[in-house]
Amino acid sequence: MSMAGGWWLVRNAECCRRPGVLAAGLTAALPAPAANLLAAVTSPQAAATSPPGNTGHFLLATVYILLIFAGISVGVIVMNWVERKVLAHMQVRLGPMRVGPHGLLQPIADALKLLLKEDLVPQGADHLVFWLAPVVVVVAAFSAFTAIPFGPTAAVSDLNIGVLFVLAVASLGVLGIIFAGWSSNSHYPLLGALRAGAQMVSYEITIGLAVVAVLLHTGTLSMQGIVRAQIDHQQWLLFREPVAFGLFAVAMVAETNRSPFDLPEAESELVAGYHAEYSGFRWSLFMLGEYAGMMLVSAVAVTLWLGGWTRPFPNVHAAGLDALFSFVPAACFLLLAGMALRAAWKMPGHRRWRVQRDGLAVFGSLLLGLGLLLAVPPMRTACQNVFWFVLKVAVFQYLFIWYRATFPRYRYDQLLRIGWRILIPTALANLVLSATLTALRP
Amino acid sequence: MSHRTTPDPLRGGPMTAPAPGESHLDSSEMILNMGPQHPSTHGVLRVVLKLDGERVVDAECVIGYLHRGVEKIGEHRTYMQFNPYVDRMDYVSAVSNGLGYCEAVEKLQGVVAPPRAQVVRVMLAELNRISSHIVWLGTHALDIGAMTPVFYSFREREEILKIFEKYCGARLTTHAFRIGGLQWDLYDGFESDLRRFCQTFPARVDEYETLLTENRIWRERTVGVGRLDATTCKALGVTGPVLRAAGVAWDLRKAQPYSGYEKYAFEIPVGENGDTYDRYRVRLQEMRQSCRIIAQAVDGIPDGPILARIPKVFKPPVGEVYHSIEAPKGELGFYIVSDGSLQPYRLRVRPPSFVNLQALRGMVRGALVADVVAIIGSIDIVLGEVDR
Repeated sequence: MSMAGGWWLVRNAECCRRPGVLAAGLTAALPAPAANLLAAVTSPQAAATSPPGNTGHFLLATVYILLIFAGISVGVIVMNWVERKVLAHMQVRLGPMRVGPHGLLQPIADALKLLLKEDLVPQGADHLVFWLAPVVVVVAAFSAFTAIPFGPTAAVSDLNIGVLFVLAVASLGVLGIIFAGWSSNSHYPLLGALRAGAQMVSYEITIGLAVVAVLLHTGTLSMQGIVRAQIDHQQWLLFREPVAFGLFAVAMVAETNRSPFDLPEAESELVAGYHAEYSGFRWSLFMLGEYAGMMLVSAVAVTLWLGGWTRPFPNVHAAGLDALFSFVPAACFLLLAGMALRAAWKMPGHRRWRVQRDGLAVFGSLLLGLGLLLAVPPMRTACQNVFWFVLKVAVFQYLFIWYRATFPRYRYDQLLRIGWRILIPTALANLVLSATLTALRP
Repeated sequence: MSHRTTPDPLRGGPMTAPAPGESHLDSSEMILNMGPQHPSTHGVLRVVLKLDGERVVDAECVIGYLHRGVEKIGEHRTYMQFNPYVDRMDYVSAVSNGLGYCEAVEKLQGVVAPPRAQVVRVMLAELNRISSHIVWLGTHALDIGAMTPVFYSFREREEILKIFEKYCGARLTTHAFRIGGLQWDLYDGFESDLRRFCQTFPARVDEYETLLTENRIWRERTVGVGRLDATTCKALGVTGPVLRAAGVAWDLRKAQPYSGYEKYAFEIPVGENGDTYDRYRVRLQEMRQSCRIIAQAVDGIPDGPILARIPKVFKPPVGEVYHSIEAPKGELGFYIVSDGSLQPYRLRVRPPSFVNLQALRGMVRGALVADVVAIIGSIDIVLGEVDR
């Protein structure tokens, strides 16, 4: 494989020197994986009908993994900025405004700052475990994405035990948090870790039971299978299993330690909870893991209940509807570009604002370019599924932010009481009811 | 803190490291040092908690990190010179501190501030009560995990601080009053500023209430937390909203009217259970009542002088005086002994926060760690005043 890849690179370099050849013989000259990749990018329907993990395309799978890694990282950066801005506007303030136009470069500045910070390990800490903890959190959050389908073929792999894999890998994250709290040799992190342990283990039961209720309807554990089942049912599973969805929607907030269930890192009580002793890059890994975890649980919810990567009304192919929907991604980006350009236009003319104005204009132009790119026919259809998936996940991210602005924090005992006395019994009852109804249905 | 145990640090005595061979792991109790650097102890309060899991077995307050010797400073300054120092005690309600001090010295001297000065004092002190309660509301909500109210409340506080700034040039440590009355008369547009504030503010309180009062999580976190009954309150000398939340309608503005408070119609809001939720309700009601007082006062500002005739060289007669006012946090008293010289012989402050903080230990016993911050917040302490 590596030889083939190397050959491809050499060949590609030759092509670059002679652009005419590039256009003419590229597809023919490429080895199979690269041709597949090209085909997948240009028109997914023409590519292999199942994800590369299943067809054994190692190179393509690697590329997808890298794409997902980059995508999630960019998503975390975007989410960071959006969260701060949305939260700020909900709280009658502006949020970041100084670094870049409307604070657009703030996440990057923060990331740089964290990289440059001193890397502290507290005295008496268990070095190995202290080092391992953030890695475990990040690896758990990221690797679960390998089984999440972003489109019919846009997934690293379609495991036949996809749901189990995601739940199992995602729940490893709690280990990292407990490691962090235990190894820090400090009381606040210890309390935070204990809270996290109790909380995440309790709410995982609810998550499991809610997911099982979905599986009753799909009959498969494969994530793709669940999406396809929803297409076959002509109905999102949200409408068949609303209670399970509600339970999952609550439990997933607790699972990711977000407000109102952010007890493990409760700032006003435990200062920073389990990561109180972490600084710099290690701390940023926790942050990355937390946000990736939020995206992960949202992605699971979207896949299981909201039709995954399908667009709204996936079975209706009325005249013009396909075309109409295919323009939505481009329209979204064009709208954002319009907002950015309008803001740049409206900025004061003073030269003090010139850098900001130009920066915003460049950003707007980038969005405009993306929007235009997405409006071109091959891209228009290619980005469809990923776009709808990301949009649905983004709605959940917005909910996470909204919760944070609205709710006070639950107390430890109340949190566990909700988990064990309300959510788990409800989930069990719902499961029994669903199973009965499914069995009775012809 | 870690790897240290002590037989009972709460009874005093230094904390000691375990003796050689003695393990600290055999105990299920943990000592958690909360503060003096902690986001929710409202300053440099240190609370040493003895925990069994998350449950608080016992707690000890350690104070003094902000001790500046204000009372001693008072003995080395003239009466006038000491006036700005009182602003630095309870720095979120500097106007009330000034009112208490000025009235105490006036009582010692036997002068009374002119009617116009009294009305202005009432208006500013009530504005200050609102701004103090607003700071309390925002930070208390933040302690309980609600992030948004703090920004809403600081928006309203800003309006009050702007009025202070327009009146006396300072926002926080205002030094608004002088012994015998006021230094400055009202600025043009003071009345309209206050009227506008009184019109908009009740709606803003409604806004806070929609966020919190019926909020399920807020109620679960506050109802029944940190209960303090009326008997205990009286035994400990607890005053202010904490006492009123326990059902005792004791307010010095009604009980021992000063500065012309008897002229205004207002109610004393009281609670029933004396828990954190009742304290929250009482303070919100007090903000509305303060707004009522301001509205009445602004309609009846008398003309006339703003400063009583007081000697340039201020030497009160030999004697002693105790005067207390209803500060936002409770009874703020000044006990001044004069030996007839330029400086007080002794100046003692009875700060409400310091006295109210005594109740903390009893309230947090048996509570959870999360309740501790809620309870500290509900007492509404300012460490500048506790330590002085």
